[in-house]
Amino acid sequence: MSSAYRLPHATCIDYTKPLRFTFDGKSYQGFHGDTVASALLAQGVHLMGRSFKYHRPRGVMAAGAEEPNALLDVSRGGGRSVPNLRATQVELYDGLVVKSQNRFPSLRFDVGAINDLLAPLFGAGFYYKTFMGPRKAWAHLYEPVIRHAAGLGHAPSKPDPDTYANQFAHCDVLIVGGGAAGLAAALSAGRSGARVIVADEQAQWGGGLLAERGVEIDGQPVQAWLAQTVRALQAMPHVRLLSRTTAFGYFQQNFIGLVERLTDHLAHPPQGQPRERLWQVRAKRVILATGAIERPLVFSGNDRPGVMLAGAARQFLNRYGALVGKSVLVFTADDAAYQAAIDLAQAGATVMAIVDLRENPQGPGIEAARALSLPVLTSHVVIETFGRLRINAAALGRIGPDGDVTPVKIEQCDALLMSGGFTPSVHLFSQSRGKLHYDADRQIFVPGISAQQECSIGAAKGTFALQESVQEGFAAGAEAAEQAGFKSQTIAPSRVRHDVPSCAGFSGAVPRPKGQRAGKAFVDFQNDVKVTDIISATQEGFKSIEHVKRYTTTGMATDQGKTSNMNALAVAADALGRTIPDVGLTTFRMPYTPVTFGSIAGLARGDLFDPVRKTPIHGWAQHHGALFEDVGLWKRAHYFPQKGESLHQAVLRECRTVRSKAGLFDASTLGKIEIVGPDAAEFLNRLYTNAWSKLAVGRCRYGVMLNEQGFVMDDGVIGRLADERFHVTTTTTGAPRVLAHMEDYLQTEFPELDVWLTSTTEQWAVIAVQGPLARQILQPFVTDIDLSPDAMPHMSVRTGHICGVETRLFRVSFTGELGFEVNVPSGQGRMVWEALWAEAEKHGACAYGTEAMHVLRAEKGFIIVGQDTDGTVTPADLGMDWVIGQTKPDFVGKRSLVRADMRKADRPQFVGLQTHDPHFVPDEGAQVVAVAEPATGSAALGFVTSAYDSATLGRSIALALVANGRARKGETVYLTRLDGQALPATIVDPVFYDKEGARLHA
Amino acid sequence: MLLIDCPHCGPRPELEFRYGGEAHVARPAEPATVDDAQWMAFLYLRSNPKGLHFERWRHMSGCGRFFNCARDTVSDKILKTYPAGQARPSLEALGLAPVDHEVRA
Amino acid sequence: MRETLMDAAPHPSFDEAGLPLTALALGATKLYPAPDLARFVLRVRPEDGARAAAAWGLSLPDALRASTHKDRHVLWQGPDEFLLLALTSEKQEIIDRLQAEMGGKPYSLVDVSHRNQAFLLTGEGAQQLLETGCMLDLDPASFPVGMTTRTLFAKADLTLWRRDTHTFHIELWRSFMPYVMGLLQQSAVAA
Repeated sequence: MSSAYRLPHATCIDYTKPLRFTFDGKSYQGFHGDTVASALLAQGVHLMGRSFKYHRPRGVMAAGAEEPNALLDVSRGGGRSVPNLRATQVELYDGLVVKSQNRFPSLRFDVGAINDLLAPLFGAGFYYKTFMGPRKAWAHLYEPVIRHAAGLGHAPSKPDPDTYANQFAHCDVLIVGGGAAGLAAALSAGRSGARVIVADEQAQWGGGLLAERGVEIDGQPVQAWLAQTVRALQAMPHVRLLSRTTAFGYFQQNFIGLVERLTDHLAHPPQGQPRERLWQVRAKRVILATGAIERPLVFSGNDRPGVMLAGAARQFLNRYGALVGKSVLVFTADDAAYQAAIDLAQAGATVMAIVDLRENPQGPGIEAARALSLPVLTSHVVIETFGRLRINAAALGRIGPDGDVTPVKIEQCDALLMSGGFTPSVHLFSQSRGKLHYDADRQIFVPGISAQQECSIGAAKGTFALQESVQEGFAAGAEAAEQAGFKSQTIAPSRVRHDVPSCAGFSGAVPRPKGQRAGKAFVDFQNDVKVTDIISATQEGFKSIEHVKRYTTTGMATDQGKTSNMNALAVAADALGRTIPDVGLTTFRMPYTPVTFGSIAGLARGDLFDPVRKTPIHGWAQHHGALFEDVGLWKRAHYFPQKGESLHQAVLRECRTVRSKAGLFDASTLGKIEIVGPDAAEFLNRLYTNAWSKLAVGRCRYGVMLNEQGFVMDDGVIGRLADERFHVTTTTTGAPRVLAHMEDYLQTEFPELDVWLTSTTEQWAVIAVQGPLARQILQPFVTDIDLSPDAMPHMSVRTGHICGVETRLFRVSFTGELGFEVNVPSGQGRMVWEALWAEAEKHGACAYGTEAMHVLRAEKGFIIVGQDTDGTVTPADLGMDWVIGQTKPDFVGKRSLVRADMRKADRPQFVGLQTHDPHFVPDEGAQVVAVAEPATGSAALGFVTSAYDSATLGRSIALALVANGRARKGETVYLTRLDGQALPATIVDPVFYDKEGARLHA
Repeated sequence: MLLIDCPHCGPRPELEFRYGGEAHVARPAEPATVDDAQWMAFLYLRSNPKGLHFERWRHMSGCGRFFNCARDTVSDKILKTYPAGQARPSLEALGLAPVDHEVRA
Repeated sequence: MRETLMDAAPHPSFDEAGLPLTALALGATKLYPAPDLARFVLRVRPEDGARAAAAWGLSLPDALRASTHKDRHVLWQGPDEFLLLALTSEKQEIIDRLQAEMGGKPYSLVDVSHRNQAFLLTGEGAQQLLETGCMLDLDPASFPVGMTTRTLFAKADLTLWRRDTHTFHIELWRSFMPYVMGLLQQSAVAA
């Protein structure tokens, strides 16, 4: 062995596989199976971090997920960097690079430690009391300085290069925790044939059993029993064992979130292997076998490196072969620490003393310690510790019969093992909304009334004795399987020998000599909260534990108070003169341990964040240089720049071409709904403002849909294909909303109607052919439809064929020009588009995008719902009373239109704006005000909804909603700009071009 | 994620559904005949109870049907789901004693 | 339905609609693009459903099930909604037969042949691969052969239909295909 602190026997170490890693740039040796904490301890290194606030030197305190002090940054290069990892959970691999945090310039010499000397200034509420003003100093002085000085690790700044997987799973029984109780439950549930998932956060199965040596189960040494049990489970095909998997959240109806760590422990992760997998499990029954966490004792100097939990020292010894010290002092209020003292003594350490708070502890552990002649001091306490970067001595005191503490001596030591008993890990139980029960005898909270189909077993339930834990496991597994519908067998009860369970404990500050202040007695190690902070919070008037928590920040660090909450509660209860259950626990929140954003995001990143919907013509547009814009989930061709053209230039050209010749436009994203049935027209009568009954087959009408509040929610052209069949179009982004709105009324208000709705948005590719030459472009391809103006007037629809493909051909126009919209089956969209394009090119026509489409329609004063309306606009506001079928008794929204508010004179009205400077294109959203410099606080008249540079008109145009706007025509108003100016414009009619509509009837 | 028992498809994860607001708010048969106050109540007034709530859901990514649901807004427990158009179940049918919950007419 | 079994490649080309042109190897699972199909959405009053199905020689499927006769399949989508799949050559006959047999009863038949695209996912890993994005319990005990439903795969709606223990037929709106393909390919790497 390479170190005096490394022993040759351990349950988790493979001594044939030595590894090298670096900590703060220095190289160390460890073995396969080590964590960073165990490997460093085995080299005699305890100092692993600096504390959050006072920059006090800190060593490892625990051996698992609860570790508050030894937080590391692990960087693998290429953006792979994770802060705040617990050294006790980072598995070694060859070449691992870890760094300590929150120190400058080095861990051994940290200038921030000046804070420790100034500690009296930094008590609870320090920030609130100190940085009162001036207000500006917050942004420029206080916050930057505080942020630099405080905080633990640094968040990575580069994009995460790893991938993360997701898996939904269902099972009959989910067991959280793979210790003795959990494995026993898995065995009995698994034997019933139920689908079982067992999750454990550690790399190896066994939990606390891995630290046991002398215990026997059913006559077998504990490690043999463990290996046999795991083998039996692995042989069951319906049992899934997930190690390195943390159950971090318990949600409604037994929905549990698990994170499985797949590659963090590997020196060379396989190419493409995801780093983590998020399991989202729905379980019929959940068994919580999450164990218990040992409590620190609260005394001055309890945070010095070398002071650690007794159980942790035992785990480092028995699991990892790492001796935490050679002359150890044990300070306990519980029997379990005696086993730690015995194990360390047998491994060669000198036990200086076992200092027991209790007056007369009894039990096999105590007897065994005495049999080994370990010095046991009952009714004693540790009152102070000494040493700079590592403990070298501790002052002991004796508790007299009256409770007074008298200092007695100073004992040399290089490690101090403490135990205040064990706190059941009820985190998941509490997240499941179960109610905790306070066990006053043992001063612990245990699971009480379940809120979901779950049960807790073993130490998580407060059952610390191994024999009972295993028994509970067998029983719970069988019961859960039966509840899930399986027949279980009874497993004969196990017999456990030589177990020394926890049976007592202590919470709160330990007694100290009269007149001695609590000093640096830490409650929350990670957030540097001391006993005095909690007491001063209560003195300052904080009575609720939730307020004490937030004021002192106890329990609010990344460990969420796993080791501190019970002590904080006990200190607060004592200071408030109330009982622990009366003060109550703070809420347990997920996640149990920090979860990466990557695992939550899973595959929903980059191109796969959301579906990216593309039309059948997308590839052509891409090939022809289109730039795209996002419209809902769709990619739409925004404009088609020719060489060297800007957006502005391209749009001017596209608009001119459409008005003078023609253009092709991909309108495939328009929502389409086929409405079929004898009551189709009646249904439309009720859902749209217009009248539909008399619309002839082969004709179309522009329809406006209101919500029940009377506001415009969508519009579109609706064509009647047959008496009982309509082809409805909606806006691109409105399609799902409109269909849902229709289904809602059809299913719940008008179920008597015989009519059905089917989305056909993606059935049809839509090619708009617009412009004076539109007919010439289409003609060669259409064989069975007469396109002449008399046979097919504006607002008509025909079915027939184009390029030999079935088509629904609409004569409609959103540009104000002669126009057609060619619907063909999606799979043939590209072929038809290419045929039409070949013809269009001959005529000098262009392909145009959504920006030109917007300009062309604005020149005609056609609205875009969602741009020129905002959900508070009525048809009358838009000057579109003509869309209202006045003779209809009812339609959705009609009743609301006659409310008094809807008929006020000063409602916003849709108008055009002509800026006095023809080159000035106002911002969309610019305020419309009455004077150039309105008084502060005065209301605007309205706002600009659309504004463009119009090639057709050779000047800018704008549309706006202006209070009582139609009556203001001719008035000058001012349009605000972001630079603070407001420029004049005249209110005009919103139709700028071809008011008579001669062009679209061509 | 809640598990919601669609009356047509059985228990399904919440993400397949869309919430549809309070149930049993009937649209007046002849809106033109109701006064402004009644119409306002129909449009905007909802009971928003702490406890038993009758509400609409739609199995959007499933059968597409709207249905009704009795849910306890405190515990988030769903007591019953039933097809749209069916009468509101009685408290007895939901396994509740009448004193537990005040139901607004 | 005729499935052409082709050699599967890990990186084939994809067509305009996002379907692979040849079979796609997703680990041990294979993905086959379905051939062109005639597809109709049938909506009908529940009491007239059996009559409509009979017009095509099919029995009306129970809730969440499909019924099959030769190359014709009716998939339950909702209490009054069915998806009919057939050979493209049968399209007109299907329209005509239904009109003839319904005798004036109201119904809605809408052609969605091009709205949907479909593929088959087959292999022992198919179920677990689907469960990377599908929240349903696809264990054969809960989702047996012959079961079909609309559901979600991550953020995409689709129709899932179990043809046999290790084979699923999956229908979705065409523009969502590249998204689903991308997720399946990435998840297959992770499996």
